[in-house]
Amino acid sequence: MALTGVLRPGFIQLRVLDMAASIEYYTKRIGLHVVTKGDDGRVYLKAADEFDHHSLVLRQADSAGLDLYAFKVRKDKDLDSFKKRVEDYGIEVDDVRAGEQPGIGRRISFVIESGHRIELYAQAEMSEPKPLIHNPDVWSVEPHGMRARRMDHALLYGPNIEKVLDFFVNVLDFECAERVDMPDGLLAIWLTSGMKAHDIAFVNHPEPGKFHHVAFELEDWKDVGHAADIITRYNISIDIGPTRHGITRGQTIYFFDPSGNRCEVFAGGYTYYPDNPTRTWDEKEVGRGIFYYERQLNEAFLSVVT
Amino acid sequence: MAMTGVLRPGFIQMRVMDMEASKEHYINRIGLHQVMEGDDGRVYLKAADEFDHHSIVLRKADNAGCDYFAFKVYDEATLDAYKKRIEDYGIEVDDVRAGEQPGIGRRISFVVPSGHRIELYATCEHSDPKPGINNSHIWSVEPHGMRARRFDHALFYGPNIDKVQEFFETVLDFRTPEQVDLPDGGLLGIWMTCGMKAHDIAFVNHPEPGKFHHVSFELENWNDVGRAADIITNYDISIDIGPTRHGITYGQTIYFFDPSGNRCEVFAGGYTYYPDLPTRKWDMDNVGKAIFYYERQLNEAFLSVVT
Amino acid sequence: MNEQRFNIDVENINAEFCGSSTGYADERVLISLERAQGFGKLKNLPKRLPVGCRRGGCGICRARILEGNYKRDPMSREYVTLEDEKEGLVLLCAIYPLSDLKVRLEPKCVKNLEVNSQSLEI
Repeated sequence: MALTGVLRPGFIQLRVLDMAASIEYYTKRIGLHVVTKGDDGRVYLKAADEFDHHSLVLRQADSAGLDLYAFKVRKDKDLDSFKKRVEDYGIEVDDVRAGEQPGIGRRISFVIESGHRIELYAQAEMSEPKPLIHNPDVWSVEPHGMRARRMDHALLYGPNIEKVLDFFVNVLDFECAERVDMPDGLLAIWLTSGMKAHDIAFVNHPEPGKFHHVAFELEDWKDVGHAADIITRYNISIDIGPTRHGITRGQTIYFFDPSGNRCEVFAGGYTYYPDNPTRTWDEKEVGRGIFYYERQLNEAFLSVVT
Repeated sequence: MAMTGVLRPGFIQMRVMDMEASKEHYINRIGLHQVMEGDDGRVYLKAADEFDHHSIVLRKADNAGCDYFAFKVYDEATLDAYKKRIEDYGIEVDDVRAGEQPGIGRRISFVVPSGHRIELYATCEHSDPKPGINNSHIWSVEPHGMRARRFDHALFYGPNIDKVQEFFETVLDFRTPEQVDLPDGGLLGIWMTCGMKAHDIAFVNHPEPGKFHHVSFELENWNDVGRAADIITNYDISIDIGPTRHGITYGQTIYFFDPSGNRCEVFAGGYTYYPDLPTRKWDMDNVGKAIFYYERQLNEAFLSVVT
Repeated sequence: MNEQRFNIDVENINAEFCGSSTGYADERVLISLERAQGFGKLKNLPKRLPVGCRRGGCGICRARILEGNYKRDPMSREYVTLEDEKEGLVLLCAIYPLSDLKVRLEPKCVKNLEVNSQSLEI
């Protein structure tokens, strides 16, 4: 299996209301590291088990939410071919110069039908801390906080999910690992660019461009439990969990950052191959799909977004 | 430290409305074993990691709830001594003949001020399956279902909790590792132990006497709590809350219901208690965190849903 | 699996309409109401739906059937007496719809601590 085109989620840029509180939260609690701070005040963070320059960008603003979500592609020429395919599909593409974010090469940027800005880039410098590569120990710096290993995926809310599905599958070569169909249409899709059960997901929602959560991967269920201990110990706002998703099978907990952006830490999830069938859920059982133990949506799942 | 007096929770007798569904729940799902069925239809169950004859007794009835909770004491002389102390305290004691339950010796039986029937006994046969004792393996029969290792404790709801605490402490030699205080000086709840576990029995203040909140089974670790949660949804068992943690006792836990609506808990962990340790106290402003450490508030069911 | 669907209308204790759920013939009525609550379809409930043991033992989801037919599982006689049963009182967790239903919540009355009455107010 040659892995080409879009490799993986690269970084996500989030708006925060209080930068100092957000840095404390994402570094001391989630367990990330600050790589650098930009002249414009943006703060760049990463997990110690990631090679690339950064995976989370925080921007001080007067509202919470998502600025953009960027995927790394295999080669620079992939950017050119994706640019043409996106434009041929009828979506306008902006060029973002190399260095607009430190350590990241040129990007192409476009807004999909759900109102979210998606970007692709091919070049990223590496930064410290990162995994060792010669006679490597399990970690280079001792994990702390929730011990997040990587930025893993995001769930976005907006309209026109059928068109988003068509675009990601036919233009960006993603696969749809799972979907929820309601009597009145498609409710949600879980999309993957590789072998993870999901790299990005969408839920149908009337307001465009809304943000549901960013997820960080943990090693195991024991670490999900430890994350839950941390959440209460430091009075972090909890949404739900520890629980499990029927969809993807991830063992999970949802909570909120100091600006009200929802975060997830999770462990597990099945391995997906492109010849696997799409798993489907209907209205009767969707509660079990989202929260496998509770078997019902909580009030916040369909309504609380930033 | 000489361990005397009341040793541990021995067995609990519960009322169920559908015996077949209940056996399926406690045997195939929680992971207990049936020891035997009595002539009167009562069913006797145990965990494979327990030596004693049985720890759960199911009785078919037209409502759910708990008949009584029995503790095993050190020896027959201890039983006689407790009978005198309880009567001297002003509580009437009934004698229950040996063999009223198979494998169990004579019992003494009495009702505490919360309206719950508590029993003590000293003699009990062993039954299979039980832990090996000679060059033994970790288990004699392979664990199944939620892999419950033992019947661990129960939580009861009823009035006069302050009197219950005094009785258990001064007459039965229990201690109170944790309690929740009400703003007016009374008690919302008490967690009591006869040994080194953080609790063997607990009570919450409630207007109706004799109500049953949950029976609890111990698991090996948090991974088993997660597996139990998978089982609960896979077999459409009604869930209450969890996986979560208790601030009180530190236990990692999940609450769910048996086919008659009796609440069950499986949990792992909990700190070690010694009789010289202080009582940990919670006030009502923090009771949510005390009961459900992650949610930090009680769910609607905690104070109201009992059988 | 029986996928036959029915509409279930819910009234609160003051006989005010709260919303509707889609119930299935093989599903406890209370579960369909929990799902409707998850989708925000029971907005007129001042408090949450009264959900307890979901297996007929605790009495929390007691309700009166105003219209429609159903089949029933065992439910505790402590909370639904024979007389209650003749009047159409049930536990919503222990009935399955055989037609569209109209139900009014009449939960078990517990006079306990303040926390308790707050959590049960519906």
